[in-house]
Amino acid sequence: MAALRGLITKGSLQKFVCSNVRKEFKNRIFARCSHFTYVPDTPQAKHGETTRMNLFQSINSAMDNALEQDPTAVIFGEDVAFGGVFRCSIGLKAKYGNDRVFNTPLSEQGIVAFGIGLAVVGATAIAEIQFADYIFPAYDQIVNEAAKFRYRTGNLFDCGKLTIRAPCGAVGHGAMYHSQSVEAQFAHTAGLKVVIPRGPIQAKGLLLSCIWDENPCIFLEPKILYRSAIEEVPVHQYTIPLSEAEVILEGKDVTLVGYGTQVHVLREVANMAQERLNVSCEVIDLRTILPYDFETIAKSVVKTGRLVISHEAPVTMGFATEIATAIQAECFLNLEAPIQRVCGYDIPFPHVFEPFCMPDKFRVFEAVKKVINF
Amino acid sequence: MSRLLSRKVFKTFLKFHEPCCLSSMQQLLKPTRVLANKVQYINEDRPEFPGSKSVFVNKLKFLWPEKMEGIPVYRVMNRKGEIYDSSEDPGLSKETVIKMYKDMTMLNTMDRILYESQRQGRISFYMTNFGEEGTHIGTAAALNPKDLVFGQYREAGVLMWRGFTLDQFMNQCYGSCEDMGKGRQMPVHYGSKDLHFVTISSPLATQMPQASGAAYGFKRAQNGLCVICYFGEGAASEGDAHAALNFAATLECPVIFFCRNNGYAISTPTRDQYRGDGIASRGIGYGMVTARVDGNDVFAVYKVTKAAREICVQENRPVLIEAMTYRIGHHSTSDDSSAYRSVDEVSHWNKEDTPIARLRLYMIKKGWWNDDAEKEWKQDSKKQASHGSLCKS
Repeated sequence: MAALRGLITKGSLQKFVCSNVRKEFKNRIFARCSHFTYVPDTPQAKHGETTRMNLFQSINSAMDNALEQDPTAVIFGEDVAFGGVFRCSIGLKAKYGNDRVFNTPLSEQGIVAFGIGLAVVGATAIAEIQFADYIFPAYDQIVNEAAKFRYRTGNLFDCGKLTIRAPCGAVGHGAMYHSQSVEAQFAHTAGLKVVIPRGPIQAKGLLLSCIWDENPCIFLEPKILYRSAIEEVPVHQYTIPLSEAEVILEGKDVTLVGYGTQVHVLREVANMAQERLNVSCEVIDLRTILPYDFETIAKSVVKTGRLVISHEAPVTMGFATEIATAIQAECFLNLEAPIQRVCGYDIPFPHVFEPFCMPDKFRVFEAVKKVINF
Repeated sequence: MSRLLSRKVFKTFLKFHEPCCLSSMQQLLKPTRVLANKVQYINEDRPEFPGSKSVFVNKLKFLWPEKMEGIPVYRVMNRKGEIYDSSEDPGLSKETVIKMYKDMTMLNTMDRILYESQRQGRISFYMTNFGEEGTHIGTAAALNPKDLVFGQYREAGVLMWRGFTLDQFMNQCYGSCEDMGKGRQMPVHYGSKDLHFVTISSPLATQMPQASGAAYGFKRAQNGLCVICYFGEGAASEGDAHAALNFAATLECPVIFFCRNNGYAISTPTRDQYRGDGIASRGIGYGMVTARVDGNDVFAVYKVTKAAREICVQENRPVLIEAMTYRIGHHSTSDDSSAYRSVDEVSHWNKEDTPIARLRLYMIKKGWWNDDAEKEWKQDSKKQASHGSLCKS
């Protein structure tokens, strides 16, 4: 005991021990919780100076840029003022004032409607819904109001300057109310844009595109990546175009389509397929769910003839269903095998059984085998 | 050990709070030596909870709403058009009062013609404003014409006051090629960017929290304007209404929430809608400045709106106004109100207490209006409205 105390009091050694213990603890937790291996992106040289950031830091950086450039821009939501429960708005109140980064009462419909009103009078409104699972009280405001504002007013009024951010997806221990992927619920509504990034570099560029876009956007952030995904992210402002999918790995035999965290699962599956089956997979990150980039997927399917679509959200009426239907209609004669959907099951998202519910690499790999052997 | 620790903590405390706090610190600790039944810390005299700092009481006392006196209804003018207290007379000019009267009656005439147009199959749907003209014109006249309006659907008079032409009303209801809304919405879903009137949407109460957000935007822009949001006592039951009032109060938004309590939400009477003292009683709960007004008294509505506007703009805080009125018409052309209220009830209000009749009596007393003027205006307004309607069909 005394010996240990002696060690700990020595400043540098203490730091070393603590950081190692923390790292080990983090690794163990992460290994238990995550069903994928994160592969960092490389920043583009044209975007200039970079800093090491995780996902919440890159979101913070994007909002920092937005507030700096646009004096009408405001950030608000539950617990946003002190930095947010995921720390996305940390430091911004101190930098831009409490009239620009502020708490709201606890009401999701209030938050979204407040943002609509702000956007109607010309302010850039960045609303945070604490978890995507809690966005449903605001469903009416999003679907009946935000999405239809420009159309129903004959373009007299619009709320295009509204962006709604919400953490989504599995996190290892979130159960049914902290894990849901809600993108398909909103993909059924014309007038909205729905975006999900796969990592920090993508998140910053896509979020800034949403903020400056002239239509209301829902930006869903895979919460498991907030701390676990780390990349060299450009410090200054840059945008990544919406409604453009990205081919992140070229291949010739099977097309794998996903978005958000699932992209990393697909990347691993592509490696497995190459190593074990000598099958070359093309991996596409859809990035924008609505309106989505059909052409990139179709071009790839024309080349490969096989399509596997994968997302965490439940399979029935999930976005994979839409892609599969559209692709079979347009590329029927190019297909060598039925399109496969590897998705969450049609159940409430489980707690202790989460690992069995995930569309993990083994399930996707089975689907790859199936389309190859058809 | 624990005593040692507490002494150490106490010393540290003194180090940071000496010497002015020393005496209060001693006071704080002293009562612990007093007999148990007499112990009362100085800082326990008042509640210090984060959520309340009111007072402590030692007897249990529920608050019984029925034992409280109802919130009074402010009025300036009685049903005979007489001003109660000349100091409360808004003192509007003859021209303004005549414009008020003409707009109220023109709205009435337009309603009759468009109601009939629907019955004749020329338009798909319509909602009249009968009986509520006073709330529309009274508020509109008191506002800055650039104050932004978020309406529910029965506020056509506000647009009329601001200069929306009969043609523009007709274009929207007929869904003509000249409709600014491009024929996309059902009749009466008006909107005008030039007249600062946000296009109506059918879902109820959704406009309310939006109005709070817009008002926050105005506050930040420091443009000296406010937002007014109209809603019915039925819409006030929606969750959006709660969010709107709470957001406006906590985020200090310059917005007037104007409730038109007309007694019915389609067929649902107020008795089935709420059990408290109307909508006004909720304002206090949100920490909002609140008033209740006789909605059939256009001067009272004018006065309360004018004063509310001052509070909004000067103090950056919301105001809730509940205007008590009566919906004389059916809810819409799809509704027959005889199924849920007696014809006698409706005709009582129509005969005894309409804002138009009250204002006319006032004008006649002032010598600004007479039977000839009335007859002439009736013909003229009817001609204007029917001409527009016929052109569209």
